[in-house]
Amino acid sequence: MQNIQDLEKILNSELNTKIKSSLIKHNQIYLKIDEEDLTEVILFLKTNSKTKFRQLIDITAVDFPENEIRFKLVYLLLSHEFNQRIITEIDVKEKEIIGSITSIFPAANWMEREVFDMYGIDFKDHPDLRRILTDYGFEGHPLRKDFPLTGHNEVRYSHETKKVIYEPVKLEQNYRNFDYESPWEGTKYIKEQTKE
Amino acid sequence: MAKETKTLNLNFGPQHPAAHGVLRLILQLDGEIVEKADPHIGLLHRGTEKLIENKTYTQAVPYFDRLDYVAPMNQEHAFALAIEKILKIEVPIRAQYIRVMFCEIGRILSHILNVTTQAMDVGALTPTLWGFEEREILMGFYEKVSGSRLHANYFRAGGVHQDLPKGLDKEIGKFCERFPKILNDLELLLTDNRIFKQRNVDIGVVSKQDALDYSFSGVMLRGSGVPWDLRKSQPYDCYEQFEFKIPVGKNGDCYDRYLCRIEEMKESVNIINQCLANLPIGPIKTDDGKISPPPKKEIKQSMEALIHHFKLYTEGYRVDKDEIYTAVEAPKGEFGVYLISDGSSKPYKCKIRAPGFSHLQAMDYLIRGHMLADVPAVLGSMDIVFGEVDR
Repeated sequence: MQNIQDLEKILNSELNTKIKSSLIKHNQIYLKIDEEDLTEVILFLKTNSKTKFRQLIDITAVDFPENEIRFKLVYLLLSHEFNQRIITEIDVKEKEIIGSITSIFPAANWMEREVFDMYGIDFKDHPDLRRILTDYGFEGHPLRKDFPLTGHNEVRYSHETKKVIYEPVKLEQNYRNFDYESPWEGTKYIKEQTKE
Repeated sequence: MAKETKTLNLNFGPQHPAAHGVLRLILQLDGEIVEKADPHIGLLHRGTEKLIENKTYTQAVPYFDRLDYVAPMNQEHAFALAIEKILKIEVPIRAQYIRVMFCEIGRILSHILNVTTQAMDVGALTPTLWGFEEREILMGFYEKVSGSRLHANYFRAGGVHQDLPKGLDKEIGKFCERFPKILNDLELLLTDNRIFKQRNVDIGVVSKQDALDYSFSGVMLRGSGVPWDLRKSQPYDCYEQFEFKIPVGKNGDCYDRYLCRIEEMKESVNIINQCLANLPIGPIKTDDGKISPPPKKEIKQSMEALIHHFKLYTEGYRVDKDEIYTAVEAPKGEFGVYLISDGSSKPYKCKIRAPGFSHLQAMDYLIRGHMLADVPAVLGSMDIVFGEVDR
């Protein structure tokens, strides 16, 4: 098995200018790269004999509405040969179009569709970019932080029209989000105390 | 004049007994040959990830039971491990043993369901009836330990919710004694059965390379001859202390996957037996009062315990700002949680990596050129549960 530190060194020397930052945490490598280098880096990670990240585990996005560059796209890769995991991140602005990696990993197809569905991030050259988990004709992107937890529409069977109809959400009681956060010390205090 | 041919579009599901839930599969048929399959999923989408972002870490655990609802505790395990790694909590050894034991019970639960329903999809009814009797007993163990047969909500960050009730270890031991015989009976019905083999051998063949490219994991990967199991390669909890084998297939067809599952059940029984033989005595959750609630007795005596209890069940515990991906070998494959915490008591982001999602994605690739009657066989051997695919 290859050492994780060695692997990080290899990545940094082979890809040097393409890597914005790299970090080892929780026995995994966290890699930050630029959006335009994405397909190149992923292809390198998959095909290079020193890395062999042959399996794409997942693609997901994270929404930070207060940031200027709103989204972060995350690619999780796994190498069976070297028993290593790598987490590759790129920053994505709203309405920016990202290159699809379906030609490198066929498994990326549905994963990118899910990101598109949940976050509204567009992918260039994707063979079939449709919504995947939400309803036919759904509007909005549910995992964005500004999408309300209760959603906008609800569905019911109408006896008058004898079919399923969509209506704006009407709640008997509004969703109550209590703010319990207090200046309670949390877990840190105990940890520091036991150290002393 | 050449005969005119026309392709037929067929809707398979969303309500079809062999669709294993709510799958709408749009098939393009040329005669009885499938030319294209387009699975439409999401009919069971409940927004689990969105809901988890709005709940405390403790409140998020039950959502994991509802993903792959035939092996609930395996999912909770991934979430608990993620939090433990961020908070650097030491889990007491007894809790680790209990968790491993119940994960293996979950594996048996899931594999019984899959093997027997796969048999039912290709025409054998008896295995289902025999297998479900055993599942009933296993769910009885779930109930005894957590209070509910299906949605256990039993694993916690730092251990498990409560200790095993008296005598449960003996009951599980008894089950482990008789279950191999039942498994043998099932094998007698299926393994050499002519019809079962005709329906499964050389159907839905996956090559090694394709299994990697399509992000297959678990039995789908091992059936194609890749020896990869997270319990061995990236051991979590106390899996290192157990001796067990990883069955690997040769041909990557539905039949090999069936054989792998049968062998895995035998290994699971083996692991449970080792757990029972060496079950250590001690606490079952971390004693850090900021993370796990104090015992009932203490709440009546100690002021601090009362405060801890109150704060844990209102605010919940906070998790330091961090980002982590943790995976466990769930019965269906690699189940992972990508967790981003922001220092508050609610996860900022919790992406769930469900093995079934990538398996179902390959449906089109697997079924192309097969007969319509092979669709249930392939679907059955993929071990799809819509709770986790749709999330």
